[in-house]
Amino acid sequence: MKIRAITLNTFKEAIRDRILYLLFFFAAAAIIFSRLLALLTVGDRVKIIKDVGLASLSLFGALMAILIGTGLVYKEIDKKTIYTVISKPIHRWQFLLGKFLGLMLTLVVMIGLMSLIFLAVVFAHTFKLEPRLLIAILFIFIELMLITAVAILFSCFSTPILSSIFSLAFYFIGHTSWGLETLIRKLRPGPGRWLAQFLYTFLPDLENFNFRTEIVHGLAIQPRFYFYSALYGLFYTAFILVLANMIFRKRDFI
Amino acid sequence: MNQELKEEEVLKVQNLFKAYKTGFIPRRYPVLKGIGFSVFKGEIFGYLGPNGAGKTTTLKCILGLIFPDSGEIRLFGQPHLSLKAKEKIGYLPENPYFYEYLTAREFLNFYARLFPSGRVSDQNKIDALLNLVGLKKAADLQLRKFSRGMLQRVGLAQALINNPELVFLDEPLGGLDPIGRKELRDIIVNLKKEGKTVFMCSHILQDIEMICDRVAIIVAGRIVAQGSLPELISEKILFTEITLSRINQAELEGLGEFVSIRGDRALIKVFDENKIDEILNLVKEKKGKIHSLVPRTETLEDIFVDMVKQG
Repeated sequence: MKIRAITLNTFKEAIRDRILYLLFFFAAAAIIFSRLLALLTVGDRVKIIKDVGLASLSLFGALMAILIGTGLVYKEIDKKTIYTVISKPIHRWQFLLGKFLGLMLTLVVMIGLMSLIFLAVVFAHTFKLEPRLLIAILFIFIELMLITAVAILFSCFSTPILSSIFSLAFYFIGHTSWGLETLIRKLRPGPGRWLAQFLYTFLPDLENFNFRTEIVHGLAIQPRFYFYSALYGLFYTAFILVLANMIFRKRDFI
Repeated sequence: MNQELKEEEVLKVQNLFKAYKTGFIPRRYPVLKGIGFSVFKGEIFGYLGPNGAGKTTTLKCILGLIFPDSGEIRLFGQPHLSLKAKEKIGYLPENPYFYEYLTAREFLNFYARLFPSGRVSDQNKIDALLNLVGLKKAADLQLRKFSRGMLQRVGLAQALINNPELVFLDEPLGGLDPIGRKELRDIIVNLKKEGKTVFMCSHILQDIEMICDRVAIIVAGRIVAQGSLPELISEKILFTEITLSRINQAELEGLGEFVSIRGDRALIKVFDENKIDEILNLVKEKKGKIHSLVPRTETLEDIFVDMVKQG
């Protein structure tokens, strides 16, 4: 009940954020103009529409999660609205979880709307429904869940600008860390390889949620990859939220 | 007697220390230096102190917004962070900031849902609260359109949403016009009549003096005085102010201290009680006129100013 109240209040707050609509507008524009891009490109037009559409969902979804998520907790502390909430019979972790779920609810609505536009554009080209695209969207959503948790973690101890920079760094590192795996294979055993191994173990690998290429090109994916990727996303998100709570539960609201 | 009092203690603060760390190379700035006091059931307790004395820091420690470095706080005999204890309290912060996109009704509904269902107020209770704080007509207006006084009122309503046994009010009368202050003062007195305990931080000494049963004065992080108002304020007459006219000023020399002279009317302060009779005889003899004679006893303000100067 308490977490639900915080969730709904966060949703009401986030859904009024103008930046959300600005990003939604750009995402919708990118999805619609992918048709135009397809006309100008040599190759399978539908694949280009799908590729650009899914990439737009991922990028603009991540920007929504970061730009709103990084201000969520900070704003409560800065505007002192947190005083009256924390003084009520509520655990701090309940407040934090409510904030997280509130933003997730906002992203469900926004990603849902963007997906409808994307699927409509694809349907206008192919005249058939493609359920596999929903799997790609689901994993984009799992990635956004992790990014939201990271944004909230930084929001617990840092200003929105710094938190946004940290979260964007997490996003870009997460999408390039797979290169370390190649590096490990090429390096000889020694300190360099150990360092690469260490970094690869601890840095996030957001490419685990990227099934876009396989789905757009109609390649087969073994179900266990879906399972492991989903598990990876859930555990990583839980770990980040626990870390955020460890910081938040000891924080003084001065 | 002591045992009886202890049973009625709703808040006990013991030896509370808190220092803030600031700067790139953190330095400790002690704010609370061993605070201790008790608040008893059914009283209005005033917590006084100049700016920066540590009033709000004490309050934040009690409410779990900041963590003290050492010391103990017990609410209703339980650790102050226990949810059971928090269910019984209400809090109105200084200069309240609220979710401005909510209407007053949505705002109170939100806070009601933060309590276990047993304590959650129903819609009728929310209407009654809005009525109590004089916001019934503004119930469906967004808080962003509220004036400061209206925010203070809706803030008080959220502090009372759970029918609390102990209400913390941080500068509740600040920012209100005289009518609003009077109404809020009446509400606070009524809370006491309903058997609730009120803990009130305020700078407005007249209000504290008017409605508080006991006070504690904090200066530079230390409690310098605490007790009931009669205990703190002596009934002794400090001086008497006499306004008189048609008397030659030279004849009053040595009888009192002139405060103001306007035309043939003078206001004098008389510190020696025996001199009052002399002045009255003089006025009778010279056919002068006494306009007023007001004995001045010690006020809370005198005590407060003394304590701050000493502190």
